[in-house]
Amino acid sequence: MRIEGAGLINRDKPIGFSFDGRPYQGFEGDTLASALLAHDIRLVGRSFKYHRPRGIMTAGSEEPNGLVTVGLEAGQEPNVRATTAELYEGLLARSQNRWPSLNWDLLSLNDLAAPFLGAGFYYKTFMWPRAFWERVYEPVIRRAAGLGALSGKPDNDRNERGFAHCDLLIIGAGPTGLMAAWMAAKSGADVIICEEDTRTGGRLNAETFEVGGKPGHQWARAITARLSAMDNVRVMTRTSVTGAYDQGTYGALERLAPDVAKRKGAPDEAFWRIVAKRSILAAGALERPIAFQNNDRPGIMMAGAVRAYINRWRVSPGRSVAVFGNNDGAHQTVADLQAAGVHVSALIDARHHASCDLEVPFFPGAMVCNAHGRKGLEAITIRQASGSEKIQADCLAISGGWNPTLHLSCHMGGRPEWNPDVQAFLPVEGMVPGMRAAGACRGKFSTRACLEDGAQTARNVLEDLGIRPARVVIPKAGDNAFDISPLWAVPGRGRAWVDFQNDVTVKDIKQAATENFRSVEHMKRYTTQGMAPDQGKNSNVVALAVLAEATGQGIPETGTTTFRPPFVPVPIATMGAGGSGKGFAPQRYMTSHKASVARGAPMIEVGLWYRPSYFPLKGETTWRQSCDREVNMVRQAVGVADVSTLGKIDIQGKDAGAFLDFVYTNNFSTLKTGRVRYGLMLREDGHVMDDGTTARLGDRHYLLTTTTAAAGDVMRHLEFAHQCLQPQMDVRMISVTEQWAQFAVAGPKARDLLNDLLNEPVGDESWPFMSCGEVAIGGVQARLFRISFSGEQGYELAVPARFGNSLFRVLLDRAEAMGGGPYGMEALNILRIEKGFITHAEIDGRVTAFDLGMGRMVSAKKDCIGKAASMRPGLMDEARGQLIGLKPVGAVKELTAGAHLFAEGDEAVRVNSQGYISSAGFSPTLGHFMGMGFLQRGRARHGEVVRMVDHLRELQALCEVIDPVLFDPEGGRVRG
Amino acid sequence: MRLICPNCGERDVREFYYAGFAAALDRPAEDAGVEVWDDYLHNRDNPAGEARDLWYHESGCSAWVVVRRDTASHAVLAAELACDVKAGGA
Repeated sequence: MRIEGAGLINRDKPIGFSFDGRPYQGFEGDTLASALLAHDIRLVGRSFKYHRPRGIMTAGSEEPNGLVTVGLEAGQEPNVRATTAELYEGLLARSQNRWPSLNWDLLSLNDLAAPFLGAGFYYKTFMWPRAFWERVYEPVIRRAAGLGALSGKPDNDRNERGFAHCDLLIIGAGPTGLMAAWMAAKSGADVIICEEDTRTGGRLNAETFEVGGKPGHQWARAITARLSAMDNVRVMTRTSVTGAYDQGTYGALERLAPDVAKRKGAPDEAFWRIVAKRSILAAGALERPIAFQNNDRPGIMMAGAVRAYINRWRVSPGRSVAVFGNNDGAHQTVADLQAAGVHVSALIDARHHASCDLEVPFFPGAMVCNAHGRKGLEAITIRQASGSEKIQADCLAISGGWNPTLHLSCHMGGRPEWNPDVQAFLPVEGMVPGMRAAGACRGKFSTRACLEDGAQTARNVLEDLGIRPARVVIPKAGDNAFDISPLWAVPGRGRAWVDFQNDVTVKDIKQAATENFRSVEHMKRYTTQGMAPDQGKNSNVVALAVLAEATGQGIPETGTTTFRPPFVPVPIATMGAGGSGKGFAPQRYMTSHKASVARGAPMIEVGLWYRPSYFPLKGETTWRQSCDREVNMVRQAVGVADVSTLGKIDIQGKDAGAFLDFVYTNNFSTLKTGRVRYGLMLREDGHVMDDGTTARLGDRHYLLTTTTAAAGDVMRHLEFAHQCLQPQMDVRMISVTEQWAQFAVAGPKARDLLNDLLNEPVGDESWPFMSCGEVAIGGVQARLFRISFSGEQGYELAVPARFGNSLFRVLLDRAEAMGGGPYGMEALNILRIEKGFITHAEIDGRVTAFDLGMGRMVSAKKDCIGKAASMRPGLMDEARGQLIGLKPVGAVKELTAGAHLFAEGDEAVRVNSQGYISSAGFSPTLGHFMGMGFLQRGRARHGEVVRMVDHLRELQALCEVIDPVLFDPEGGRVRG
Repeated sequence: MRLICPNCGERDVREFYYAGFAAALDRPAEDAGVEVWDDYLHNRDNPAGEARDLWYHESGCSAWVVVRRDTASHAVLAAELACDVKAGGA
């Protein structure tokens, strides 16, 4: 019921929303919970296990009952706490865990079966038969028990990630946090202050307290405005700090205001990583309930929440309210209700010594022992020395005291300590390095004490940081002593709820203790107390107090369970924002990319690069047609391929040659300027890491090439070899992969094509095979390498990348005029298999130089990385797989990569495998399929017939073991 | 986690590549023998407490860095350029 008065809502701005299909109206400033209560909607959900009717219980993120699903279809978000859901026009909310409707829920039958469904019921009941575990029991239990569900459709939420740094992170913007922020900000510290709520002020927004002679919420608003105006302060409302991690790193979840989130390009939520030199935990405290029979009836709420609804939202959760507590908060609640004109039917104070000066039926030393009314509270029964009495009430406000919100302080394994004065656990200094708790969060429960503690804690932090604290005035505020008599559970029959979200009762906890689950961690897991999405925010301390009583241990000895991040649920989609699809992965394009795409070439990913697969001509319908044509073109005329993706590392310095001798198995210091040499690089464990050619461009200048895939690894490896192993060597290196566009020109007409373009023609003798040097094309200085990955007369021409696009087009024009053209990755692969050249299909990390038949490339004259390990007997064993070639000789003519090799008569099972095929393809040059692979003692088995079995593709073929170099073994063409 | 790069200062761990314990700096001689090489390649301690790691500032200045950190508390204690450590130790 909405009541008179201003509150903190804007009655000039009505907002329409719907709940379970019915339209309602609230005001700007409302939460879904306050708007529902304004319409007297008390039943908002069904409980997890027993499907008991439940209503709003709190006014914050600790809400255990008021979970709803917001939105529809892909955008639907389950388990939204109605108490923190900001109202916006058109909000669609639905209740959860009920069927067919909230009012008529069939599974509320579970509640009648409750005597059988206590703690451990599932463990004891659903044991046999084992086959039913996953097929029957689990689906049935999952259907019956639960919270909201995801849509099952791809998420279309717009999420974002953020990073921030500061001197001081203040968690919570109540009186403590604001005062700490003011002190730190005025002293010049770089401050971030995070507040879960839509506005700063904390309890000041919910209470009638004055600060500095004006209403507390006005003081909060004024100081926030001054903080927001400062350059060194960032005030983040709607932001829950969710976790404390190493080195002052904090996670925070920001929900953007509905009107901001609506803007184009704006996210709904953002997950922040905040790195702070220091932090102040000023998260306040959470009120705890008292357990008694049927204390989960809709209409039974926390007293602090009732005050919040009355004072902030001008909503009365009932027309006749009873108040029950063990501290002065109960009296404040009565005062606030009466001031708002709400009838209070009783004040029940469990403290025998309590007195009351309010005009209200007062019951000191009494307790509420039962609640009546199934779908909404109608009456309570109270018990006092003189007997029992039934009192009419449609709302009961309860206060069992306050638990400091110390969760974040425990995220790094620290344990809080019990304080008997405030009957609560308090954080201990140093639980999270760099974090200090202040205010209610460490048991300071009066406004004045909070303000003072906020300022003093900030002062301490500033001194740690070496910043001189400024002078600030602490405003006047109430400073009442906190008086509490512990009361956890009212003795009596029936079920008394402790954990509302997971349906755990006092009886369940006692049952756990009886069955010897006496440790708090065991009790938690046996009863599931504290394991729901709310992580037991309002149930933990009550639960362990009940356990302590049942086991006869004290509360400090019982201790708490471990609080872990996140403090509030964080959607995975928000944490992983930007990570779906390609995310932020770079796409690397060659300078020929557009020209290749324009020719219809399908582009394939090679690492982050995109390379053309083949260049289809009109009339070609399969990739094989294009590939075969391109191979023939290179063998008979000339082909052009962009090879810019190969890693290029420029190495210079007096010791460049010696350095290359150290990282390669063979020698480069002996290489003459203007010459190129193939090199094999090992890992220190003796296996092949990479291969490629290295050109000597000058006396102290080399250019090393790597395979496309290993470019980054090789760069890192070279830097390691230099900085960590040979720092005395005078050598420097840098990647120039993207600075040069490089094109292979291969085929019998390659030289003719080049000589058409180059300012000075190159001859066979003047540029022999494996030579390199500078050339000029028009006005552009270029580098020419006479190297070949196809086995044909071949050159690679490199120009600064900005000329790559035009050079590629010119090369293609010339090539096409000579009966040639571009070739792609498929043809490149066939050409190299025909020649027995290896790629990472062969050097897969498990292969040695010995396996490849390149053992002699490991120079005996010098040390190099991997040499010592490569000489280990196990890596030189003849029984290892050795590189071989294969051609089909049986009825089946196809060979496939990945197939295993078996002796002809052996059964094709794993233990009989003698090797495998690493690369295979159809050779248009030879007119049959060919393969490369590794076979035990393979080099000695040329001419032998083995059986290839591809278990995956269900293919078998007989093949002859041959030399891996299938085409032009003498190498005459490459030198032609 | 944040690490210290002696060249760049305190940086996010995602800028670095991790390469195991700094024992990798002490490469044996070619003829040190099988056992010494086996030890160098394969055997590592697993201390609960102070450890010396090698990190490569791959998305930064390309420096290899020896970081001293506590594996139990996750505190980062100090960092030195690997080439300086090597020069000092040699």
